Amino acid sequence: MITRQLLISGFGGQGLLFMGKALAYKWLMEGYNVSWLPSYGPEMRGGTANCGVVVSENHLIGSPLVANPNVLICMNLPSLDKYEDKVVPGGMIFVDSTMIERKVKRTDVDVYYIPASKMASDNNMIVLANMIMMGKVLQVFGETDEEAIKNGLSKCIPPKKAEMFDVNMRAIQLGLGYEAK
Amino acid sequence: MSEKVLMKGNEAIAEAAIIAGCRHYFGYPITPQTEIAAYMAKRMPKVGGTFLQAESEIAAINMVYGVSSTGKRVMTSSSSPGISLKQEGISYLAGADLPALIVNAQRGGPGLGGIQPSQSDYFQATKGGGHGDYHLIVLAPYSVQEMAELTIKGFDLADKYRMPTMILCDGTTGQMMEPVTFDFAVKQPPEKPWAVTGTKMEREHNIINSLYLQADKLEEKNFERYERYKLVEENEVMYQEYMADDADIIIAATGIASRIALSSVEKAREKGIKAGLIRPITLWPFPKAAFAKAAEHCRQIIAVELNMGQMIEDIKLATEFKVPVSLYNRTGGVLPDVYEILGVIENAAKGGKR
Repeated sequence: MITRQLLISGFGGQGLLFMGKALAYKWLMEGYNVSWLPSYGPEMRGGTANCGVVVSENHLIGSPLVANPNVLICMNLPSLDKYEDKVVPGGMIFVDSTMIERKVKRTDVDVYYIPASKMASDNNMIVLANMIMMGKVLQVFGETDEEAIKNGLSKCIPPKKAEMFDVNMRAIQLGLGYEAK
Repeated sequence: MSEKVLMKGNEAIAEAAIIAGCRHYFGYPITPQTEIAAYMAKRMPKVGGTFLQAESEIAAINMVYGVSSTGKRVMTSSSSPGISLKQEGISYLAGADLPALIVNAQRGGPGLGGIQPSQSDYFQATKGGGHGDYHLIVLAPYSVQEMAELTIKGFDLADKYRMPTMILCDGTTGQMMEPVTFDFAVKQPPEKPWAVTGTKMEREHNIINSLYLQADKLEEKNFERYERYKLVEENEVMYQEYMADDADIIIAATGIASRIALSSVEKAREKGIKAGLIRPITLWPFPKAAFAKAAEHCRQIIAVELNMGQMIEDIKLATEFKVPVSLYNRTGGVLPDVYEILGVIENAAKGGKR
């Protein structure tokens, strides 16, 4: 696996930090080194909350800050406006096309649109657009082994909230199975 | 807990402190270290310990003084403005030769400053932030794993040398999550025959005090304390070198700045530039010998700091001005990115004459 530098960005409350943690735990359980860094404080005000996840085969990850992601996941327009130009050439941009009406302007990156928020409301899982996005990301990465995904997810959902596990997993499956028409 | 878990740096410090046998935590909330207090509030009652949110930082550090006097492992944590408030108590701990662990998750200053990460308390931590002649052992972790390890080490060193130890980290290392394991062989704390534990009418009173009104007695105490500091300087220096052996350009950085610089150094090497990194882990005692050695072969040292240039003074002293030492800094909570530092290295590689 090449070193992946993910930046996951959107509004506070969309579960971006959780998505980052679920991905980080999946990769940790698979033996990779990971770091997860949230934005905190005033940078969270004014439209974007984000977290950076770095995954690598290296023993130690250098900078845990993701200034130039090779994977950008956007769940609101301010995020796309702010970070589109930061993505390294050849990188990937994932867009929640329910939340973001415009298209990505860059032509040197691979772009994936998924109406995650609409799919979430259509399936009565309105707060789980994040997990649908995550499923799509993993599908594109070719990481569709559900056992591995479950291993990571189980570390992120405390036993007290075990009933949340299945619905999160269902949301991920929706993303895993999504193909643009 | 030998399994690798993802944890925030702040939480790793708290868990490691409990593993080290610390059963008393006193603090007052402040961003960006509140996770330490939150974790302690949850965990301490379960292990028979005391978590107490004091009425102020000043109260908390004086509670630390009290518990330490009884020989128990004890800690407090705060962030820059709160650490300033604790300075009187820290000077008293040093003056009474009491061990304690103090965590400073630095934020931008001076004054109330901001809540974003910073390294601007280097002077305060390493040169004595309170009054009087004294030092703290100052440890600067750069990963979540190291935050756990240095917490345990910090308690050991504090007990061994009877002096307070400070973990000097920052908002970023406190907030980030990384894998961490807690497989430590924890040493039993040493006997503390000086502690005030009740005489049972069987021994002389132990007295914990920092007041010496007779000048010659106070002088004697200070000389004795500095003999111990000398031992710390001889035996406890820690640092890490990364491709520094043959480097022309050496970056000096600690904490989160060293993580970013590590990536910059790797990228510089990919471009054929002989760059390296020296990362002090103990800021006091400062790894003077490592820098003196580097000055024998490198062309230039660049201190990358999240302040207006503080550690650079120690580097200049250690290298005795044998090589140019320059500063690349961001402050106020701004972090440089990997390519920014790479640019600084590239510039140095182009122009740097010895």
